[in-house]
Amino acid sequence: MFRAGSYVTALVVAFTLAPLSCDAGPREIVLASTTSTEDSGLFEELLPAFQRAHPEYRVRVIAVGSGEALRLAARGDADVVLAHSPRAEEEFMAAGHGESRRQVMFNDFVVVGPEDDPAGICGFLAAASALACIASSGALFISRGDESGTHARERDLWAEAGLQPRGDWYLEAGQGMGAVLMMASEKGAYTLSDRGTYLSMQDRLQLDVLVEGDPALRNQYSVIVVHDASNLAEARIFAEWITAPPAQALISEFGVGRFGRPLFSPSADSH
Amino acid sequence: MRVYDGRQVVDVESIEVRAGEVLALLGPNGAGKSTLMRLLAALETPDSGRLLYKGREVKRDDPELRRAAVAVLQRPYLWRGTVAQNVDYGLKVRRLPASERRDRIRSVLETLDILHLQDAPVNTLSGGEAQRVALARALALMPEILFLDEPTADLDVTVRRRLLADLERIVRHAAPAIVLITHDPGEAFALADRVAVIEGGRIVQTGTPADVFEAPATEFVASFTGAEFMLDGEVAEVGEGTLVVRLDSGQSLEVAGHGASGRRVRVAYRPEDVVIGPPGSAATSARNRIAARLTRLHPQGGLVRLRLESDGLSLEALITRHALEDLDLKVGARVVAQIKATALHVFPI
Amino acid sequence: MDVFVDAIKQAFHLLVSGDPYIWRIISRSLQVSGLAVLLGLLAGIPLGTWLGLTRFPGRGVAVALVNTGLALPPVVVGLFVYIILSRQGPLGSLGWLYTPGAMIAAQFVLAAPYVAAITLAAVQSVPPELRLQARALGASRWQAMLLHLREARLSLMAAVAAGFGAVISEVGAVIMVGGNIQGETRVITTAIVLETRRGRFATAMAFGLILLVIAFTANAFITRVQQAQPRRRRPLTS
Repeated sequence: MFRAGSYVTALVVAFTLAPLSCDAGPREIVLASTTSTEDSGLFEELLPAFQRAHPEYRVRVIAVGSGEALRLAARGDADVVLAHSPRAEEEFMAAGHGESRRQVMFNDFVVVGPEDDPAGICGFLAAASALACIASSGALFISRGDESGTHARERDLWAEAGLQPRGDWYLEAGQGMGAVLMMASEKGAYTLSDRGTYLSMQDRLQLDVLVEGDPALRNQYSVIVVHDASNLAEARIFAEWITAPPAQALISEFGVGRFGRPLFSPSADSH
Repeated sequence: MRVYDGRQVVDVESIEVRAGEVLALLGPNGAGKSTLMRLLAALETPDSGRLLYKGREVKRDDPELRRAAVAVLQRPYLWRGTVAQNVDYGLKVRRLPASERRDRIRSVLETLDILHLQDAPVNTLSGGEAQRVALARALALMPEILFLDEPTADLDVTVRRRLLADLERIVRHAAPAIVLITHDPGEAFALADRVAVIEGGRIVQTGTPADVFEAPATEFVASFTGAEFMLDGEVAEVGEGTLVVRLDSGQSLEVAGHGASGRRVRVAYRPEDVVIGPPGSAATSARNRIAARLTRLHPQGGLVRLRLESDGLSLEALITRHALEDLDLKVGARVVAQIKATALHVFPI
Repeated sequence: MDVFVDAIKQAFHLLVSGDPYIWRIISRSLQVSGLAVLLGLLAGIPLGTWLGLTRFPGRGVAVALVNTGLALPPVVVGLFVYIILSRQGPLGSLGWLYTPGAMIAAQFVLAAPYVAAITLAAVQSVPPELRLQARALGASRWQAMLLHLREARLSLMAAVAAGFGAVISEVGAVIMVGGNIQGETRVITTAIVLETRRGRFATAMAFGLILLVIAFTANAFITRVQQAQPRRRRPLTS
C-alpha cells in the first residue's frame, strides 16, 4: 500500500544513485562496527581525524552487532571490521575471511541495574555470580538478544554461571545497546552493557553500575581487514592508522572531557 | 409557514390537507413544492409558522405524525438488498410481526404488479420498476397521509403512462389523504380532488381541477395550465356578467367576467377551445367569430396545432388530425375561428 | 540469486513446519494490529460519520486534520507515545511502555485517522436523500443514520482493510514503544529487522512472506470494493 509504495521509491533512488558514487569523489571504505562504538560517539572523534590524515578516503560506518558485522564482512559487504566478540572473530579468521586481526582498544562490560538493586547483587564481584543471583531472585533482566558482541559475552557469563536463562524475568530485546539501556531504565531491570555506552547515556538512565572489574568483563576491540575486501588497500590503510600512535592517543583521551575518565583504553601493539 | 433553504424560499399563508382527498401541489420546477412537502411531512422545521396535525401542533419528527405520514421522494432511493427487503424497511421500523410483514409485502407487490421481482436485487431493476418499488415501500405502511413527490418524473413516456394509469387505479385506496407533488397539470387534474398551484414559493390558487382549469386566478395559473394569450386590450362595455374587450389590434371580443369600463386587461384562451370552420360556415353558439388566415401547421401526435393571423392578432388552435383532413386546410387558407365567451379569461394588467 | 532462492525455500519450510517461534510472533502481530484497528474503528467510524453528515464551523479544519493523520509518520507517533508512556511521562504510572498495550496505543493512533478518513468519504458517497427517504418511511434519525452507514458498509470494510494493512506493516512505532522483546512485543516487522541483522535470512523471509500475504489480501479486498462501487448507483440514475 502506501508504505510499500515508498519502499519501492527508496529502492529506485538507491539504485540510481549507486553508480554515481563509484566513479567520482573520494574512495570509500566500508567499516562494519559495533553499535556500542557508534552509540558512544567515538567515531565522531576518530573519523574526522582519519579524514584529515587521508582526505582522499571516505569511511562509511555500518553500525550493527558484532555478530552481524562479521557476517556481512564474510559476505563481502564490508572492507574492515571493528568488533568485540573474540570467539566469533577467531572463527572468522579460521574460516579465512580475514586477512589480519589486530587489537585496537579495550574497555569493560558492566552489570547495571536499578539504583535500589532489588536482587541484591552488589555483594558479588564475579559477574557470573551476580547474574545467577538475578536469576534466582526473579528480578527482570534484559538481554540484547541480537547476537552482538555484548550478547555473546552475556551468554558466556550465563554459561559460566551454569544457567540457561529462560522465563518471564528474562527479556530478549533484539535491539542495540542504547535501546536496551533505555528499556532497562524504564522497566527497572538489570542488563549487561559496555561501559562506554552506559557512560554516554548515564544522565538519562536510572541505572547504576553494580558489578565491574571482573576480568571476565574485559571487552577487547579488534580491527580486522577483510580478505575479500573490494577496497583492500584502503582497508589496510585504515587498520594501520587506527592502531598507530596518533589514533591510539585520541582513543585514550576520548570521553575524558565529558565523563572525567576515558571510555576506552588503547591496546594496539606498537608493531 | 416559511422556510429559507439557501436561495429557495417557501412562504405559504396556510394549506390544508383534508382526510379523504387527493391534493395536488402543482407548480414549475423550483417553485418550492418539495420543500413544502418536507414541511408538511414534518421532515423539516419551518423558520416560522406552525404545523397542525388533527388540531395538535407538531414539531419536526413528531413520533405520531412520523408514523402516520409517509413520503416517496422524487427519485427512488432504494437501499442495497432485494425488492422485498426494501419494502420491509418501514414495516420493520414499525416493529410489525413477521407474518403481517410478509402478507403486506406480498399484497402491495401484487397491487403494483411487481410480485415477480420480490427477490430481485434492487440494482438489477429498470427505472420504472425502481419507482414502483419506492411506491410499494410506502404503500405497504398503509399511511394516513401519503406524500408522492413527482412519482412519474424521470420515466420514459410509455413507462410513465403505465405508472400513471396504475396510480389512477391505486391512489384513491392507498391512503385516506394523499398529497401529490407534480409539475404536470395533466397529472394533477387526472388524479387530484383539489389542486394548489404554487409559484415562487407561494400558493397562488387552490381549488378543484375544474376551478383551476376553467377559472385560473392569475395569468401564471392560466399559462401554466396551458392557456395562450391574445394581445392586451381595454374593457369597452360592461354587461350582465359579460364584458366587451377591444383588443389593441382593433377586434372586439365578448368575454364572460366582471370588470370596470376602461380597465386594461389581458385576454387568455386555450387553443383546444378554438373552433375552426371554413369561411362563411354556419354560426355556432360562439359569440366571437374571427376571420383569419392559416399561417402554420404544427403536428403534435394525434393533434395539430394551427397558427392563425388576423389583422395583427395571432391565434393558436388545437384540432385533431381527422378534423384537419375534413377541412382540407393548407397553409394560406382562409378560415373562421370561433371562441365561446366563457372560454375567454381576462386578467387585469 | 541463490541466497534469495534458498531463503524463500527455507522460509516455506519454516512456515509449513509450524515453527512455534514464527507462529507466536505472527499471532502477536495479528493480535496487536487487530486490536489497534478495532479500537480505531470505535473511534474513527463515529468521527468520520460525524464529519461526513454534519456541517459546523471549523469542520473544514477538522477534515484537513483527519486527512493529515493519514500521513502521520509511524516513528513520530512512536516518539510521542514513548514520551507519554515513559516513566517521566504523563501516563508513565500505567507501566505500559515495552508492553503490547503500548504498541496497540501507537498503532491505534496510526489506524484511527485511516478509518475516520475512509468513513468520511464512504459516508459522503451515499446521497443524503437516502436518509430523508428513510425518515419519510418512519425511521428515527438514528435508524436513518444506521441505514446510511449500512449503505456505506463495503467502503467501511475497505477502511478496516486499509487501516489494518497500514499498521501491521509499520515497524517504526512498534519497535520504539514495544522494544521487540521476544515472546512479548516482537511482531512480524520487528522480527524481520532483527532476523535480517542476525543474518537469519530464511526466518526473516518467512515473516516477509506472511506480511506480503496479509498486505496483498488487504489490498485485493480494497480493490474489489472500489471496483464494486459504481454498480450500486445504477437504479438511482436509471
